[in-house]
Amino acid sequence: MIRVQGTPFDPGAEIKSFLGRNPNSGGIATFIGQVRDFQPVQNSSSSEVTSLELEHYPGMTEKELERIVEDSFTRWPLDDALVIHLYGQLKPGDSIVLVCTAATHRGDAFASCEFIMDWLKTKAPFWKREQTQAGTTWVDARANDTERADRWAKD
Amino acid sequence: MAVKVLYFSWIKEKVGAGEELLSPPDSVETVSDFVDWLRTQSPAHDSAFENLKQIRAAVDQVHVPLESRIGLAKEIAFFPPVTGG
Repeated sequence: MIRVQGTPFDPGAEIKSFLGRNPNSGGIATFIGQVRDFQPVQNSSSSEVTSLELEHYPGMTEKELERIVEDSFTRWPLDDALVIHLYGQLKPGDSIVLVCTAATHRGDAFASCEFIMDWLKTKAPFWKREQTQAGTTWVDARANDTERADRWAKD
Repeated sequence: MAVKVLYFSWIKEKVGAGEELLSPPDSVETVSDFVDWLRTQSPAHDSAFENLKQIRAAVDQVHVPLESRIGLAKEIAFFPPVTGG
């Protein structure tokens, strides 16, 4: 299941409900991404992030997340998967993204959860803009995210 | 034929609009051709598409490389590399 929403969610409540829907899965993996309170700045220590805005591409975002989740089902024998992603104004400590995967064994749950996050980071059309004391800046994509996503490329 | 063109993130800010309905000439066959043509539309468009390494595209809400053909696309979107999650 995919949910892209502008209102906050409670990760604990979502995980509990996911467990309730999958009582017979032996392994459940979860990942929660939160808003950091700092942005590393080149040639200085760091600067404090006061708020974060997440822009997205309505329509394509949902389709792309669906495609990623469908792909994960072709790679691992999964019982269920859930992705919740926020957009709009967020503040440090807010949960941005939740991924839950359910499988018979933990290996498939761990791997699919990581795969969904790695592909989401490089494919789902979201863009972060951070507000710090120094002003507002669009966050640059990280080469490391592309490298992580490429690990899952099929031959 | 008119196509809906969408811009996101700093590309939207540089162009000065999030959405336009545009009718490129028939000579525009690929996404890359489309970008070249867009850059002739205004100084703002020209500046937004200055650095092609920072430009990603989607045709009808599917990621595509810049060299892919536009075909009968209804919607083309341009954005920088994504930064969600």
